[in-house]
Amino acid sequence: MIVRPVNDLATWWQRPAIRWLLVIASITIAAPWCAPYDPNTPLDLVALASRSPSWAHPFGTDPYARDVLSRTLHGTRVTVLIALSAALLSTLIGTVYGAFAGFARPWLRLVLDRMIDVALALPRVLIVLAMTAVLGPLPPVALAMLIGVTGWFTTARQITDTVSALRGREFTMAAVALGVPWARVVRVHLVPHFLPVLVVSSTFGVANAIALEAGLSFLGLGLQPPTASWGAIMHDGAGMIDTHWWLTVFPGAATALTVLVANHVGDRLRDHFAPDHVLATDTLSLPRANTA
Amino acid sequence: MLRRSGAALMQLAVVMVTAASLAFLCLQLAPGDPATALGEGLPVAVREQLRARYGFDAPIGVQYLRWLQSLLVGDFGWSTSQHRPVIDVLADAIPNSLRLVIPAFMVSVLAGTLIGVWQAVHRGTRRDRTASALLLVVYSAPEFWLATWLIILFAGVWPILPPSGISSVWARHLSPLGQVTDALRHLILPVLAIALVGTATLARHQRASMLDALALPFMRSARASGLSRGRLRYVAWRHAVLPVLTMAGVLLPSYLGGLIFIEQIFAWPGLGYTMLRAIGAHDYAVVAAVVIVGSGLTATCTMLVKGAVHVLDPRQRQVMHHGMHHAGPVHRRPA
Amino acid sequence: MTVSVTVSVPRSAAPLLAIESLRVLFPGATGEIPVVDDVSLTIAHGEIVCLVGESGSGKSLTALSVLRLIPSPGRIGAGTRIRFANEELLALDHEALRAIRGRQVGMVFQEPSAALNPVLRIGTQLVDAIRAHVRCNRSEAWKRAVDALASVGIADPETRARQYPHELSGGMRQRVVLAMALVHAPPLLIADEPTTALDVTVQAQILDLLRRAVAERDMALLLITHDLGVVAEMATRVLVMYAGRLVEEAPVETIFTQPAHPYTQALLAAVPSLATAGERLVTIAGQVPAPGSVVRGCAFRARCPHAIAMCESEAPPLVQLGSAHRVRCHLAHESMQTPAAREGTP
Repeated sequence: MIVRPVNDLATWWQRPAIRWLLVIASITIAAPWCAPYDPNTPLDLVALASRSPSWAHPFGTDPYARDVLSRTLHGTRVTVLIALSAALLSTLIGTVYGAFAGFARPWLRLVLDRMIDVALALPRVLIVLAMTAVLGPLPPVALAMLIGVTGWFTTARQITDTVSALRGREFTMAAVALGVPWARVVRVHLVPHFLPVLVVSSTFGVANAIALEAGLSFLGLGLQPPTASWGAIMHDGAGMIDTHWWLTVFPGAATALTVLVANHVGDRLRDHFAPDHVLATDTLSLPRANTA
Repeated sequence: MLRRSGAALMQLAVVMVTAASLAFLCLQLAPGDPATALGEGLPVAVREQLRARYGFDAPIGVQYLRWLQSLLVGDFGWSTSQHRPVIDVLADAIPNSLRLVIPAFMVSVLAGTLIGVWQAVHRGTRRDRTASALLLVVYSAPEFWLATWLIILFAGVWPILPPSGISSVWARHLSPLGQVTDALRHLILPVLAIALVGTATLARHQRASMLDALALPFMRSARASGLSRGRLRYVAWRHAVLPVLTMAGVLLPSYLGGLIFIEQIFAWPGLGYTMLRAIGAHDYAVVAAVVIVGSGLTATCTMLVKGAVHVLDPRQRQVMHHGMHHAGPVHRRPA
Repeated sequence: MTVSVTVSVPRSAAPLLAIESLRVLFPGATGEIPVVDDVSLTIAHGEIVCLVGESGSGKSLTALSVLRLIPSPGRIGAGTRIRFANEELLALDHEALRAIRGRQVGMVFQEPSAALNPVLRIGTQLVDAIRAHVRCNRSEAWKRAVDALASVGIADPETRARQYPHELSGGMRQRVVLAMALVHAPPLLIADEPTTALDVTVQAQILDLLRRAVAERDMALLLITHDLGVVAEMATRVLVMYAGRLVEEAPVETIFTQPAHPYTQALLAAVPSLATAGERLVTIAGQVPAPGSVVRGCAFRARCPHAIAMCESEAPPLVQLGSAHRVRCHLAHESMQTPAAREGTP
């Protein structure tokens, strides 16, 4: 396979993956202005309920007579913002934990590592599901936090490994020997090296968060109705695929494509970073985290 | 070996306690308590009596310990929606879930390995690139979405398989052989739906590890010995399959995640379906029990896969023998 | 070599292996770079030829190209001919080449721990090597594998055959590799630094095994090494490579007594000996030029104490000095008068 460099500045925006991300980003910012109708107001419950796609309603309307295109556009905003903040939160917690564990004394390191082992052995979806079940429908911020708080374990593991690999290297040892404070050693000597790990793992983190949010909302457990997200729209069409296929196909395709692009970009970034850095390839090739 | 097994059991225990604690947290967060649910419609005084009778007025720490204690003896509480002990609800659901997960796991390991090896052998060709692109699509698409497509294709457009359920309504009027066929026909789509993502993930890893193995020095020696092409691929694969199996073990928790969606879509009465119905009925004892049992099952299976990899890898087996006899150095150097 | 041996083993006049103008090309920033350039050599039946040079001189690639094992993206350049027993190896299809590998030409590599598959039993790997060329069932092959292990001096071969590579010591592993290469009694064995990774005592045992195999089976051996001690002990003829080219070829006595190429002389001078103990170690100043960096002239000129203007502009041809002595140097005759390396002789 021909691996083109990711930082090919002249043409980077021409790639399909990047273009799709730009489209998603624009929709996220401009959803209220490009959506033709209000996402949550029924248009005409008698005349416009459950209409298949047409010129007036390219994605059709749902049983509550709402325009699915408008809901999908607004849903993009909700889904993307939830996924981004969840990934950000995971990265943050994972980095702090990993940096701490990477510098911990051997016995403490062992305990912290075992804790991550346990966390990774738990089925994430099951636990998030149980949480949303008892908490009831959530506002987007709370859902993002729930996804973020349960998604930092792989990041923590990767950062721990990277940090402990780096701390054995001469430049770090020298800094420590000279009495440079812990926080400064991390900032000056380590962050530049594990930044690639972070970039890659948060890219995969976004992909996972999108998939998880879609799954929860599809089951009708995530967001408070009538808030639209890709998964929530699919939930409205669940069990009616034969009569309301447009409720599943369009938001589903948007979800699949976005997760695909995020994974693809993650792959490329990993290929790009891996050879130039101290990262063992193992550190970066962790599996798709247990999402849906 | 004893020491390793001991450590593994230790970790399993910690996983279970963590899962139980999370389940307890869920129960505490749930609106009301089981006594409220039980005593619905009763006067407040009677309800308070019930609360005291079941110990819901005790301090939270005491309740927690009592909860752990009752779990140890297999008491998962009372299902308020099904009006029978939770343990009975689980006993019905667990075999149904295993009937999906075990074949799905095997299918994905087998298919993932085959596809990955095939790609590695044809690396860089159009076939390899096409397969990689397809795998990335499967790997990225949400399970429930893929499952929807499977139903549309194989139960709608080309109706050769039943769209949902564990067996046909008329199954008990069929001959024994007919019943088995019926059950198998119902199994195909959900198993496929769960196996797809695992297959894609494992194929990606098998391709990478096979390419690594093909480039190792011992392959040059094998080539210099005049081994046939098929044999060369086999010896490379023997080296490349171990990391894939390890990965399969790591992936196991995500199979359970997939299970929940797939059971819901296919109306398959397993753990996930039971849990979602319990959520709908505010039957939190069942929700908590599914969390614990689900975690326990995944952790146990993960442990077994790890153990299997351990036994299959002679280099690790060596370490094991030594651990068994004495705690001395691992590498011995005869001669 | 006595007359009786020559009579008892019927031989054709043609050499067993003949490499003619071998070029091995690797893609570089500016097109393909010849990493091995214009190397010609022959090996006769029962002969031990040592190929000497620093790392990066192209000696391993020369060895690998015989069985067409050059790792991609490298390739053997056009115009190269490699004849083995009068068969053109470069013209063979995959199956015919496979029949040569292991059966007609055995090969041993430097790192014995890397040459064996860590997840397969020793015996299984030997069985694979046997069944690649002989039709027999597994148990027969297993018996032959055990015999092969015994023949390279491995005690308790039945147990060893059931073990995995990591359970054996480095020297034992190299014996296994040797057993694998010798199992079909190939007429030619190519050994690429077979003792470099081993302890000195084990090294001597392996060399002894190789010498015995050559004597008993009338096998030819192409031994690649950078250790002149090994050369002195083993070789009948020596080839010296520098920067991808053959710079000197001579019988072993001639190489040690009358080295003609300044590089060979420097190599010999750099060998520490007891006689010079306590003195500073002699080194060769400078570095081997990167492949492709020398476009004109002699590749050794930058490090050569005798370099003249001609060395800058013109690539030296291979000059015939004696009947079996060839040197690639403009100063071949003069430099012979300065036997600087004499005291380096082990």
